[in-house]
Amino acid sequence: MKSRIVVSVVLLFAIALAACTPAAATGPIKIAHLAPLSGPVPTFGASTRDGGLLAMEEWNAKGGVLGRKLEAIVEDSQCTPDPAVNAANKVIDQDKVHYIVGETCSKASIPVSEIAQEKGVVMISPTSTNPTVTLKADGTAKDYVFRACFIDPFQGAVMAKFAMGKGYKTAFIMLDQGNDYVRGLAEAFEKAWTEMGGQVVGKETYTSQDTDFSAILTKVADSKAEVLWLPDYYNIVNLVAAQAKEKGVTAVLMGGDGWDSSDLDLKAADGGYFSNHYSPEDTRPIVQEWVKKYQAKYGSVPDALATLAYDATNILIAAIEKAGADDPAKVKDAIASGTFEAVSGTIKFDQYHNPIKSAAVLQVKDGKVSFIESVAP
Amino acid sequence: MRSSIVAPRLSLTQKIVQTKIIGKALIALVALAVLYLLAVNAIKNPTVFLQQLVNGLQLGFVYALIALGYTMVYGIVRLINFAHGDVFMVGAFISFYAISRFQLHDWVAKLSPGMSPFVARAIGSITVILLSMTLCALLAFVIERVAYKPLRDAPRISALITAIGVSFFLEYFGALKFVFSPNFTPYKRPFDVVTWTLGRQGFGKLVEGEGVPEGNIIFSNIFVIIVLTSIFLLLLLQYIVTKTRVGKAMRATAYDKPTARLMGINIDSIISITFGIGAAWAGAAGMLYATAFPQVFFWMGIIPGLKAFVAAVLGGIGSIPGAFVGALIMGQAETLSAGYISTPMRDAIAFSILIIVLLIRPTGIFGEPSREKA
Repeated sequence: MKSRIVVSVVLLFAIALAACTPAAATGPIKIAHLAPLSGPVPTFGASTRDGGLLAMEEWNAKGGVLGRKLEAIVEDSQCTPDPAVNAANKVIDQDKVHYIVGETCSKASIPVSEIAQEKGVVMISPTSTNPTVTLKADGTAKDYVFRACFIDPFQGAVMAKFAMGKGYKTAFIMLDQGNDYVRGLAEAFEKAWTEMGGQVVGKETYTSQDTDFSAILTKVADSKAEVLWLPDYYNIVNLVAAQAKEKGVTAVLMGGDGWDSSDLDLKAADGGYFSNHYSPEDTRPIVQEWVKKYQAKYGSVPDALATLAYDATNILIAAIEKAGADDPAKVKDAIASGTFEAVSGTIKFDQYHNPIKSAAVLQVKDGKVSFIESVAP
Repeated sequence: MRSSIVAPRLSLTQKIVQTKIIGKALIALVALAVLYLLAVNAIKNPTVFLQQLVNGLQLGFVYALIALGYTMVYGIVRLINFAHGDVFMVGAFISFYAISRFQLHDWVAKLSPGMSPFVARAIGSITVILLSMTLCALLAFVIERVAYKPLRDAPRISALITAIGVSFFLEYFGALKFVFSPNFTPYKRPFDVVTWTLGRQGFGKLVEGEGVPEGNIIFSNIFVIIVLTSIFLLLLLQYIVTKTRVGKAMRATAYDKPTARLMGINIDSIISITFGIGAAWAGAAGMLYATAFPQVFFWMGIIPGLKAFVAAVLGGIGSIPGAFVGALIMGQAETLSAGYISTPMRDAIAFSILIIVLLIRPTGIFGEPSREKA
């Protein structure tokens, strides 16, 4: 009696599998979106999900890809390693997806990238900036893993180029030695700046708990530097910018996307420049069209997260089309070798699977942040 | 053979150990090296050196205001009030809300638009600082009643640990969204910053966007206000403690609580007043600090509180002039080490000075040797 039940269960499974497998080959192509819809950064998750889904909707409206429709599977990965790993295993093993867009946070993307690499699933993280997301322990790229955003130090090189283009020749660098993000940007800026013939007239470090920057700023003023490179987060920028004005610092403040916050003191940072992934004010048609589409659907201006998720999903689908088959091994090669027109710039991937693309340079002026230009590396 | 009473002969090593000569020589060497370094830099670029001294002075005066509260409470209650730095934080937040939410710094200008803007803004700013001081004093009354008074006869360590608890409470209570904020918040100054230049050509005003003229040092109105307020509050505190009836009662309480009580002094209210005054001074410091470094944050009290505590110990805890001098030394040590040695090392250097001074004078610069208590 018992064995008969077992046999019938096995049979049922076999039938179910048999019914499933051919359906997968002709049915929709599934793309999983791992987004932190709950946890510490739910707004990040909502933005990336919305951006990714909009890209899929557009492709479906055009008839899908390779004659097949696209189907989205959205999972909440919580910006946390364990839930992200569970979500990745679920979509790969249960839903049988071959493509993942996500995760948003680096610390969740790193374990997911290990799984994707191991199981041969193509993964594009829209926004994880940590270099190890796409790198194996031996320093080579994980073949199946990509990202749509530039990594942190890249902004240093871009801003050095921008400052050089403005005709500045001398720079003073301020950095928090204990912060990897800041150090990465400072080193990249210094390298690019000196390579282009710029002069670093001073370099000072501080700690994240400092509030009094008068001693350093007196040196900055004395050095007569034209650029003060300050690639820290907005809270330090607020303090330094306010004190810089009082210490007679004439250098133009410049930084990276750490400045991008609604809490940036626009009055103190007036005149400063910083780089970001994208600006809705960018006049390129592809950007304006994207902003219009997003606004029509969701009623708000897309932020950098939504834009990068949109780009990541588009790159993935374009690569599937180019590969001509629903085969992750071919799709990964198509991504690695292709050039993609995306909202955040024309994207090519380097040997570490980081995109080479332009960054948006923004200026703080008269109480608002406005787009200045898009700078290619 | 001169004497019959032979002093025990000391070997050279024993002599060295007994006179602590090595330690003293090392300290002297380090001090000489530092002085040499400063002198070289001062000669190389005297303007920048003077400017760094001015920067250090501003920092030192802010520390002084916090240190005064520490030292007064310790001198009278013998409690290191670790929540003092957080009362300072609360003071900064109170002034933040008074200015940003209620425009309290503008009330005179609104009531009588004809008044000169300078006087109106000055009165407005003084109102804000008084509000900060008053509310901080009230907060300290409550803290004292709830947390310290029940432990007055308990071992001193219990009160100390309670003070740390109160400190954490204020920080994390303040971090709640409906209390203050868990974020860094830009602070709106009650008045605009004006920077003056001072050089051989005389006195001038720094034009925004232009550099400092060659050979000039600069200082802002914030610097002037901090220095004047600190000196005023120092003198006021010294006056209260030494010249008034309350001050006399405070000193009596510090000297001998049971006897003071027998003399008809209400110990409880004197201790409350002591905490209140200390907290009021911290509230004033909170506002001035936030004006100088315009950002408020629920942890902003920790580091300045710690440094002010070190300044109080350096000057001799319990001594009011000592706290003041200690704070000025701390301010200079920090700025000069940031300016000429290394910025990340500046706290290490500032705290090393504390250790060196305590090695030479364990009670601090102005401290009295601990007396026997009845």
